[in-house]
Amino acid sequence: MNEMTKVDAGHSVEIRHLDLQFGAVEVLKDLNLDIHEGEFLVLLGSSGCGKSTLLNCIAGLLEVTAGQIIIKGKNVTWAEPSERGIGMVFQSYALYPQMTVKGNLSFGLKNARVPKAEIEKRVARAAEILQIEPLLDRKPGALSGGQRQRVAIGRALVRDVDVFLFDEPLSNLDAKLRAELRVELKRLHNQLENTMIYVTHDQVEAMTLADRIAIMRGGKIMQLGSPDEIYNRPQNRYVADFIGSPSMNFIDGRLEGGVFTSGELRLPMEGYEYAAPQVSDGPATIGIRPEHVVTGELAASAPVQTEVLVELVEPMGSDTLVYTELAGERFRIRMDGQAVVHAGDRLPIGLVPAKASMFDKSSEVRL
Amino acid sequence: MANPATLASTFAAKQPVHDRLDDGPHGPRPKRSFSRANIFLYGTLALVSIYYLLPLYVMLVTSVKGMPEIRMGNVFAPPMEVTFEPWVKAWAEACTGVNCDGLSRGFWNSVRILIPSVLLSITIALISGYALSKWKFKGSETFFTILIIGAFIPYQVMLYPIVIMLRDTGGFLTDIWQATCGVFTSAEGSCRGRIQLFGSLSGLVIVHSIFGMPILVLLFRNYFASIPDELFKAARVDGAGFWGILFRIMLPMSMPILVVAMILQVTGIWNDFLFGVVYTRAEQYPMTVQLNNIVNSVQGVKEYNVNMAATLLTGLVPLTIYFFSGKLFVRGIAAGAVKG
Ligand SMILES: Nc1ncnc2c1ncn2[C@@H]1O[C@H](COP(=O)(O)OP(=O)(O)OP(=O)(O)O)[C@@H](O)[C@H]1O
Ligand SMILES: [Mg+2]
Repeated sequence: MNEMTKVDAGHSVEIRHLDLQFGAVEVLKDLNLDIHEGEFLVLLGSSGCGKSTLLNCIAGLLEVTAGQIIIKGKNVTWAEPSERGIGMVFQSYALYPQMTVKGNLSFGLKNARVPKAEIEKRVARAAEILQIEPLLDRKPGALSGGQRQRVAIGRALVRDVDVFLFDEPLSNLDAKLRAELRVELKRLHNQLENTMIYVTHDQVEAMTLADRIAIMRGGKIMQLGSPDEIYNRPQNRYVADFIGSPSMNFIDGRLEGGVFTSGELRLPMEGYEYAAPQVSDGPATIGIRPEHVVTGELAASAPVQTEVLVELVEPMGSDTLVYTELAGERFRIRMDGQAVVHAGDRLPIGLVPAKASMFDKSSEVRL
Repeated sequence: MANPATLASTFAAKQPVHDRLDDGPHGPRPKRSFSRANIFLYGTLALVSIYYLLPLYVMLVTSVKGMPEIRMGNVFAPPMEVTFEPWVKAWAEACTGVNCDGLSRGFWNSVRILIPSVLLSITIALISGYALSKWKFKGSETFFTILIIGAFIPYQVMLYPIVIMLRDTGGFLTDIWQATCGVFTSAEGSCRGRIQLFGSLSGLVIVHSIFGMPILVLLFRNYFASIPDELFKAARVDGAGFWGILFRIMLPMSMPILVVAMILQVTGIWNDFLFGVVYTRAEQYPMTVQLNNIVNSVQGVKEYNVNMAATLLTGLVPLTIYFFSGKLFVRGIAAGAVKG
């Protein structure tokens, strides 16, 4: 393989200036992404933003229009999927229906002409890790959804690949099973220490599993960072809005001399970490997460205090969602599940500017 | 809150369950086997069956009667004396205008046409359908469209052009053969053979294979398109290539559609008359042509019993196929043939 020349190692997967078009439709545009060795990277984004497309490009199932893909220091842009050292797990499991579980697990190894004894060994090991030993002689049709997905993971596992690719592997499962398998995946990652690239549009999966999250929109990466960064320091309004449930409250106003004002609301931005050292005055949008609003006795000790009128209360068990209005915008507050509030109450609240996010109004970039 | 309705239902709830059920319908709904709809349905079915089975009955009965009995004129009467003489004669002795060895010659010709045609056409269509659905290339949709348009061109238009094509291709191949023959063998006289496509069984096999293509490719393409793409992707990640995926993943899932294709081809080719008569010579005529020549030969008296036996013999192959694979056929049609 001539084109598989060594490029600098250290990163597990590097994507450089990747373009992908389907006919005239541009799905991925000049996409760059470096994924570290052993990292669990989650690609998160709304439907149709190109997550699966990117994953298929990495897997070699789609021909890229332009750019390079480098895995483990080898340029694999033109390599076959099986030559890339990747394993893939699909949403629909994609198990070979006419083969037994064992046949499914060993299919890739047989294609790679791995000796029989070695195949036995690896299948046994994968089956043990995934606890599917009793199922080895069954056909996929005789398995439950969770069991099928385990086998699908096993199929990638036996091949001893460097990089695991997951395309929404849990979204066909019910909520309880999803939570279980999520924990198992995390454990598996800790155990194997492989690089994993995981596509989902479930925030909870992303936040719990990821070392880093890449938020995608329209074929571009909007922000790449740890779950903590993504949640606490969203780089732009889209990311801020996308992450968090219920989503962030936004209030349009002006930033002047370090004070954000909108109507009667005045927020001195003390303790706020600006993204740039110099911030000029101008129209801005402030974003405050519903769970960052201080209520109850603590409200009095918050840097900024105000009062809102409760319009609607949604008790959700563990917490209570309160709909109010602040500075003419809809404003949601997340309170304790025990909180006693009724529609029509006046609720004293406290705001903490240090925990808020501020964006330029027109460019929507974090200030 | 003690309104009468709630009280009533509270009391009812205290009573044993079966007491409450007694007032209304419960359990499986009783079926009336002699409802008007059923009588109409089965009546129609019976009528249609009789309509279709009657000719078969007449043929069967006639074929085991002797000629004197047939001349008595009652076609529906069961045979007074059963004889298999007509069957033997139809198979081995009946005369066409050219030869007198009955249908057997035609049968074997048909078998020699049928087996390679069915295998060849299904193999090519299977691979094409698979490639067109799972390995789409630039222009594959156009290619498919052109192929499908081919299905709508009447055969008659193509009859004579194909005669020319077969003749010329045969001649061309002969030229190449004779020019290169010396390279492979030095035996004296071994290069004199001619490759003949027109007026030979191999030519007919090619024609049958080509004409089967549009419908078979459509059938296979649609069937494979209904197999999820992710399965195909998984196999590629597992290192299987074009043939590996076809043989190890797709083929084992294709039994129903293979049966459908086989039935379509076997019956279509077996029942073919036109191509057989146009593209072969008298001694190579398939069974249908042979049957026609026996029934229509104008030598002496018309032997109705022999003709009936000959016709039944000819129809036996498709009949057997339908009989044994009817269920698989229906399942296959439902599995993929109708899906886009
Ligand atoms: N074969 C194709 N031809 C044309 N357009 C395509 C093709 N496959 C995908 N697309 C388009 O590319 C875009 C990205 O698709 P992709 O499947 O990557 O989305 P996704 O982020 O995985 O969404 P989802 O969360 O729904 O799976 C979509 O707008 C889709 O319509
Ligand atoms: Mg997707």
